[in-house]
Amino acid sequence: MGLVFLSIFIVSLLAAGLALLLVIAERFIANYGSCEIEINKDKKVTVQGGQPLLGALVNEKIFIPSACGGRGTCGYCKVKVTEGGGVILPTETPFLTKQEQDAGVRLSCQLKIRNDLKIEIPEELLSVKEYQCVCTKIEDLTHDMKRFRFELQDPPQIEYVPGQYVQLLCPPYKGSPEEVYRAYSIASDPAQKNIIDLIIRLVPNGICTTWCFEHLKEGDPVKINGPYGDFGLTDSQAPMVFIAGGSGMAPFVSILHYMEHTGNSRQVKYFYGGNQVRDLCLDEEMKRFEKALTGFEYVPVAADPAEGEQWDGQRGLVTEAVQKAYSDLSGHEGYLCGSPGMIDAAIKVLTSMGMNEGQIYYDKFA
Amino acid sequence: MSLNQEMWAALVVCFSAVFTQNILLTTFLGMCPFTSVSREVKTSMGLGAAVVFVMTCTTILNWMAYHWILVPLGLEFYRFILFIIIIAAFVQFVEMLIDRYSPKLYQNLGIFLPLITVNCAILGASLFMVIRDYTLIVTVGWGFGAGLGWFLAILAMAGIRQKLNAARIPAGLQGPGITLIIAGLMALAFIGFTGVLG
Repeated sequence: MGLVFLSIFIVSLLAAGLALLLVIAERFIANYGSCEIEINKDKKVTVQGGQPLLGALVNEKIFIPSACGGRGTCGYCKVKVTEGGGVILPTETPFLTKQEQDAGVRLSCQLKIRNDLKIEIPEELLSVKEYQCVCTKIEDLTHDMKRFRFELQDPPQIEYVPGQYVQLLCPPYKGSPEEVYRAYSIASDPAQKNIIDLIIRLVPNGICTTWCFEHLKEGDPVKINGPYGDFGLTDSQAPMVFIAGGSGMAPFVSILHYMEHTGNSRQVKYFYGGNQVRDLCLDEEMKRFEKALTGFEYVPVAADPAEGEQWDGQRGLVTEAVQKAYSDLSGHEGYLCGSPGMIDAAIKVLTSMGMNEGQIYYDKFA
Repeated sequence: MSLNQEMWAALVVCFSAVFTQNILLTTFLGMCPFTSVSREVKTSMGLGAAVVFVMTCTTILNWMAYHWILVPLGLEFYRFILFIIIIAAFVQFVEMLIDRYSPKLYQNLGIFLPLITVNCAILGASLFMVIRDYTLIVTVGWGFGAGLGWFLAILAMAGIRQKLNAARIPAGLQGPGITLIIAGLMALAFIGFTGVLG
């Protein structure tokens, strides 16, 4: 019996001693002091060293887009480091082209701050802010899509280009121990500067969508940051083809509101696809836009309407509907939003019909 | 044994650990990184150097812990647990140290350190040291030699695999398959050293 206690005591003592040693080492060796980051040659911030650059910038309210939450898997959080970055890590190389590596572009989530840094980030990211909002309305659009309305509290207004997206902060909840950010396109009227609508489709086992669908209630506070992205209308007068599937509807709602306010009469055909009729949303709003916008035509397409579903619209894939509607697409611009599979298929069809690849703009769901 | 004799014994043990009793090729310990990180000479050098360093240091630390703590208390059977936590803590500590003071070395060596915490060759070296009753000085020779032997084996393997890139290997044998066959052939070749130390 004595041996049991003695051995437990000794092993625990040794383990505790080693743990203590590591804690002390962490405190004194892994302490990098404070470091200064110079941003775009003018702004300077002082941060605690030893942490990843991405996290340090977020703490300073500078939001670099990142979809994976700093795990080095999405490759979005690229930042140009002109001084003090050290060597590129093996975890970064898969995401950086040769030109980017030569220019000093780094993944900010992988770069640990060890000393003073000089970095360059696009000016528009500096206008990215964090917004404190309240969820004021949750609306069912289809069986697996909802529209969430967030009213901005602080700051009270947001400026964005229709087509851009925001990141929604999903707080820790039962089953998901960490904060994560997820990107969603803005689906609201840009003239209402105090409101952000998001159209979210439930992804089975998705961390953020599950939270939105099962935990988020009207009246709850939420945090978003943005705006990000370069998806949006060009200045040309070329006729346009919009193609979307599912919650890819979102950016087009915002774009159509904007076109209505600016009296834009460009020719647009909007092909919106779903598997069944029950997957299609916002039919009434689209009908209203058809009346309000002279050049706009809405073409909902159901691939495979279920038995008993009332459907007098087009059947088949969206790409087939596009092929039916046009014979030649040269001189047209294409705007696509949806799953990567749908977008790749659509790009193939559009280019085969004569559309210039440089005039196809898209927003792929990562 | 006098100090001189011990030094000599350490040298012999070191030599035999590299060639005749190569820990990788005679006992097949540490196979996992051996097969997965031996694609390029450069990375295998980094991993090999990390193994040499960690093996030398941990065998010495474990010798001290075993002979100065466990043996006097009669707790020799706890060596497995103790060796593992000492190895893990030591690797963590070293990683922190070089991350802080030598980013360049961290680049080349540091990223491999967490990988070899759980390498069974490291634990194996410490256990052999106990089974074979080495003294502290001989243990230094053993730890260093065993690490160097592992380093040599993975370096040779990486060199061979780089050559193999140009070879046409049947689909079913590509990757780990052909690597294991080569390891077997290398082990046979190393048996040739057995007579050297008589």
